[in-house]
Amino acid sequence: MAQSIRLRVARYRPDKDTEPGWQEYDVPLREEWTVLDGLNHVKNEVDTTLSFRWSCRMGICGSCGMNVDGAPKLTCATFLSDYAPGPVDVEPLSNFPVVRDLVVDLTDFMEKLPRVKPWIIRDDEQSVDEGEYLQTPEELDAYKQFSMCINCMLCYAACPVYGLEPEFIGPAAIALAERYDLDSRDHGTRERLDVLIEHEGVYGCTFVGECTRVCPKHVDPAAAIQRYKLKAAQESVKMFLLPRGLRR
Amino acid sequence: MKFRVEPFLWLAFSGGGVMAAMLLPVLVFLFAFAFPFGWLDPPDRAHLAAVVGHPITFLVLFGAFVMMLVHAAHRFRFTLYDGLQVKHRFLVAAACYGGAVVGAFLALHMLGSAT
Amino acid sequence: MSSEDLRYRPPVPVFWWTRKPSYLVFVLRELSSLFVAWLVLYLLLFVRAVGLGEEAYADFLDWATTPWLVALNVIAFAFLVLHTITWFSLTPQAMVLDVGGRRVPPAAIIGAQYAALAVVSAFVYWLVTR
Repeated sequence: MAQSIRLRVARYRPDKDTEPGWQEYDVPLREEWTVLDGLNHVKNEVDTTLSFRWSCRMGICGSCGMNVDGAPKLTCATFLSDYAPGPVDVEPLSNFPVVRDLVVDLTDFMEKLPRVKPWIIRDDEQSVDEGEYLQTPEELDAYKQFSMCINCMLCYAACPVYGLEPEFIGPAAIALAERYDLDSRDHGTRERLDVLIEHEGVYGCTFVGECTRVCPKHVDPAAAIQRYKLKAAQESVKMFLLPRGLRR
Repeated sequence: MKFRVEPFLWLAFSGGGVMAAMLLPVLVFLFAFAFPFGWLDPPDRAHLAAVVGHPITFLVLFGAFVMMLVHAAHRFRFTLYDGLQVKHRFLVAAACYGGAVVGAFLALHMLGSAT
Repeated sequence: MSSEDLRYRPPVPVFWWTRKPSYLVFVLRELSSLFVAWLVLYLLLFVRAVGLGEEAYADFLDWATTPWLVALNVIAFAFLVLHTITWFSLTPQAMVLDVGGRRVPPAAIIGAQYAALAVVSAFVYWLVTR
């Protein structure tokens, strides 16, 4: 194995730059090192001014998403040796405003997520004395896949619709809405449908499918979205056909 | 629940997609290639006229063709939004579905004249 | 320091869809819509020729062999095949089926669609050529 690999890292200093530029760093090419290890080497040993987000370094916190050679990845799960001999381009996650260097502004998602009410909504709350809401393993399996989302935003970076229409609510938000709709303890489907039936909701999606391809937790947001389109269509037809009295 | 037209457009798009995938391949293979090139003997005009002229054929073909046209209109509408980044959303939608409506009238006329 | 917004917003290039094979396949798949519309129009013209009489029918069959039209129909047919293949492969993500308590595997849904395609095609072939 070669001794080192070159990282081409996007730099953007808002006080000095009007647009991003590149800076190159050679980092040790160790067999078990990830791109994140390379970036931390740069920050610790070479250039302390480089800014980037990271936390758990094991693929569960969702903080370290960046574009590596143009593809959205968790940098803690992306091995440098897979890119040897390099150079490796490291850029901020696509489709988000860049605050500085590799740090992007995720306020848009933070505003969109609560809109789909990602919590258990009930018609009637049980009293605490009655104990917890019980759920069978089969009921858990119905939504478990969609609960694995770590909000890493790789899906938003990969989605061309989000890039072109920033009002689009996006893959993760819809997957999380579906997670709650499918939860046997939840009664909130109607409320979420009202949010997601708007033009910036599920019907903005054209099923490119790239969100599912880049998801590191195998959530399959594309499936959640298509199933949501079908659900919204079924409910719309029912509402259209049934007399007012039978509608909920 | 709110009423919006988009779910119905999406249903028509989906139905049309299924029609196009299931019905068009054999129709195009026969009528654009096999019969014109003589790979298969073209049927008697009288026989084809009898098949096409039958009311059930008319209903099936008319329904299928209209759904395929709405499918194409819906898909093309979003291609214009995302591919060419056309911003006049209502105009684009009107033009696309309007085209499908024109096609539907054409279908009604052509199929109707054969019955 | 003012509260000026210094965030950088990268523009989306017009040719964003050439950057990744899956994006390109997506755009081609979407463009198949134009060819589906053309093929419907072509079939309607054929129906019209059938209704107009023996001469019109024979003329149409001849016209169908003119080179530019053949080229257009070959391209259209290729896009139609792309539509069919992608449509069948995407259906399992849109439609989850549980039969007898178990999830129907995607391969079964895809296979069933091809089987239906074969049945429909065989029926139409029989109807037209008998």
